[in-house]
Amino acid sequence: MSASSKTDDILLRGREITRRWGGLVAVDSVSIELSRGQVHAVIGTNGAGKSTLINILSGEIASSSGQVELLGHDATTWTQPRRARAGLGRSYQRSTIFPSFTVFENCRLAAQAHTQKPWQWWQDAQRCTASTGTAREVAARAGLDALLDRPAGLLSHGQKRQLEIAMCLATEPQVLLLDEPLAGMGAEETDRMLALLAELRAGHAILLVEHDMDAVFRIADRITVMVNGAVIASDTPQAVRASPEVQLAYLGGH
Amino acid sequence: MNTDKSKFIFVIACFAALAAWPFMAGAYGVDLVTKIMIYAIFALSLELLVGTTGLVCFGQAAFFGIGAYGAVLLSPESGSASLLWLLPACILLAALYALAVGALSLRTKGVYFIMVTLAFAQMAYYVVHDTPLGGGTDGIYLYGKPSFAGLIDLSQGLQLYFFTWLCLLATFVKLAVLLKSRFGRALAGIRVNEQRMRATGFSTYPYKLAAFTVSGGIAGLAGFLFAVKDGYVNPELLSWHLSGAVLIMIILGGLGHLRGALIGAFAFALLQEFFKSESIFGNFARHWHLGLGITIILSVALLPKGLVGLPAQWRDRLLGRSARARGAVGESR
Amino acid sequence: MDFATFLIQCLNSLQYGLLLFLVASGLTLIFGIMGVINLAHGSFYMIGAYMAYALAPFVAATFGGGFFSTLAVGLVLAVLLGYVLEWVFFSYLYEREHLQQVLMTYGLILVFEELRSLLVGDDVHGVKAPDILAGTLPLGELMTYPVYRLFISGVCLLLALGMYLVFTRTRLGMMIRAGSTNREMVQSLGVDISFLYRVVFAAGVAIAVFAGMVAAPVSSVYPGMGNTVLIICFVVVVIGGIGSIRGALVAALLIGFVDTFGKVLLPSAAGVLVYVMMALILLWKPDGLFKAG
Repeated sequence: MSASSKTDDILLRGREITRRWGGLVAVDSVSIELSRGQVHAVIGTNGAGKSTLINILSGEIASSSGQVELLGHDATTWTQPRRARAGLGRSYQRSTIFPSFTVFENCRLAAQAHTQKPWQWWQDAQRCTASTGTAREVAARAGLDALLDRPAGLLSHGQKRQLEIAMCLATEPQVLLLDEPLAGMGAEETDRMLALLAELRAGHAILLVEHDMDAVFRIADRITVMVNGAVIASDTPQAVRASPEVQLAYLGGH
Repeated sequence: MNTDKSKFIFVIACFAALAAWPFMAGAYGVDLVTKIMIYAIFALSLELLVGTTGLVCFGQAAFFGIGAYGAVLLSPESGSASLLWLLPACILLAALYALAVGALSLRTKGVYFIMVTLAFAQMAYYVVHDTPLGGGTDGIYLYGKPSFAGLIDLSQGLQLYFFTWLCLLATFVKLAVLLKSRFGRALAGIRVNEQRMRATGFSTYPYKLAAFTVSGGIAGLAGFLFAVKDGYVNPELLSWHLSGAVLIMIILGGLGHLRGALIGAFAFALLQEFFKSESIFGNFARHWHLGLGITIILSVALLPKGLVGLPAQWRDRLLGRSARARGAVGESR
Repeated sequence: MDFATFLIQCLNSLQYGLLLFLVASGLTLIFGIMGVINLAHGSFYMIGAYMAYALAPFVAATFGGGFFSTLAVGLVLAVLLGYVLEWVFFSYLYEREHLQQVLMTYGLILVFEELRSLLVGDDVHGVKAPDILAGTLPLGELMTYPVYRLFISGVCLLLALGMYLVFTRTRLGMMIRAGSTNREMVQSLGVDISFLYRVVFAAGVAIAVFAGMVAAPVSSVYPGMGNTVLIICFVVVVIGGIGSIRGALVAALLIGFVDTFGKVLLPSAAGVLVYVMMALILLWKPDGLFKAG
């Protein structure tokens, strides 16, 4: 069920974000809103600027102009770690995990970001109940509880994507920026991931960059279409599917 | 786990053997192993940076040298200084320089970090080499070795040996505990995937700076002990050849393992003695750098995991197991 | 300081800076194109200087040639050395991590130092400038300036210009630049990338050797010269900024001026000054003076 965006539930807002690289405009005055209880998908052809947009929202790159508001605060100048601590979670297109650590340690270290306490150098990290407890929870939620002792580098591709999501959830974020979480997944794994996203929808604001159109139309409450860095449509899935501009620019030739 | 226990036993055996050594060896042997233990402390300091955090520093000798020069410059002209304040003072001096260098260098990455750390070490080298502060190329002598309350007198070879042994043990244990702590795990995470650490909410710069500073302090401890042992310091203690040597020690021993630093320090010191030995090489021994250089090239090329990885390499070869199936470390790193 | 002295120091600074820029260019060429950090680059400089000293009598006896013939012979040997070294040693370093490259090339430095020690010894030597360039130019009423130093500045500038033209205007340069960003692609276009890398490496070595040979009459020939120049090259790259040729030129000239005037005005602190400047610049601009480009 899609919730209509009430203004007090907008957790992340991007205002007129622009990013230039020399003469090239990668992102052209893009505005976007993420509300709690909504999955907001961003689609577009390769090079449309989706990755740059997500990098600006997460804090990895600075925008050339425009603002980013996170949970009501102006987060434009905040570094990525600061935004993450404030409740912004991010998953990457290419699995960004710790391959030499076990699945459990991957989740635990991610959870540790919440209870850092680096000055307690004598205390064994494995005894930190906050991070170990959260690690087990998120691993179970992502369906990895049977694989806790497996080194993450030995997981299958789909399992790595699940781990990616688990680590994202370990810091208990309110906003999730997911960059192609379904990349390279088979039908069964896709179903599992979409079920997880549907579960997560209620408590979070989710931004989903994806190429899998079927999945997008199954799960998204709102779709923004980007072409050459600019937004050409931002509406409900039905409206987007019916829009002639979108069909011309993107869906038609796909 | 089986391998955990064997590692523990290995380390205990090393320290026990070191403790027993003075009763078997003469004065030369005691002096040599004191030097090796000092190298081991030095190597441990770099292991924290390179092996744990993934920061390749080519200027570690600066912190070592500052600890050494501190011992000499802060000691009185005659009589001996009290160990109680001289030791912490030298560690602090080295750590302060590390803090300053780290603050400026840690903004750079990759090869540039290597270059910047080397340059800052050269800066310290030139300060002691050219300015009157350092006594120039002739160096400075330490006439009164530090002591403590009549109980410890470091001018005695045997006492210095056991004091160094104690420092090595304390450093080893402290780092072992540190690596298991939240701080240590965060450093390991930074090495493996700094991107993910930042995305999760860790501000990685303060962690790296803290590791750099602690590492500098430990190197300063090693330098202090070295100055006390030899009673003499000169600018070569800050030369980049020493920075290179300590890097080789930890690669030779095996990166990512604390006991690798121990093994590497021993192996390097023994190699040095071997190539410098006139009884083996005669006159050619003065060109010992050649043998050392070739050994470095071969060991980096052929022993990627260092000496620590040898038993496992042989085991795999004997059992025909592929290295990949062995999986990885969630515990010791 | 009167004006004539000031002018002399300025010209000295320029000469030193341009020489540094040349050597640093060789270093960043190899790093930029093949991704290898070569600590032994300074050793090639040292080899060049010792060649200028050691080859001179041999060249004089065989061809009756002087300085320029020695230079030519040295260059040929340098290209050969670079070619063989790349084939036998450096080509194995491309895939390795920086730490391993650093250590292996460090080992190479030690090997080169001892080989030089075995072949030519550890003494300090002087090399005479060729007679045509041994004169001086008058500066003002009392001072003169050695023509040879102007020659060094001129030759470094010419070479730098030449490299720039080769890179930006020739097909070879284009292939080299393409090969640095996408090795497989260039290979699939039928270019022998291994040969290309070998050529680039040999060029890098030749540049360093040439710089050493040309600098020998001015800086004299001594064992530690390779290491000194290497570390200063690192400072050039760090100050100049990652991947920026313009930055390297500005940085090299800055260092030339600070070092030269430092030696005259504050002799006891001269060695440290360059590094203090580096620290100040890093404080102001952590990424160096210029961005890549």
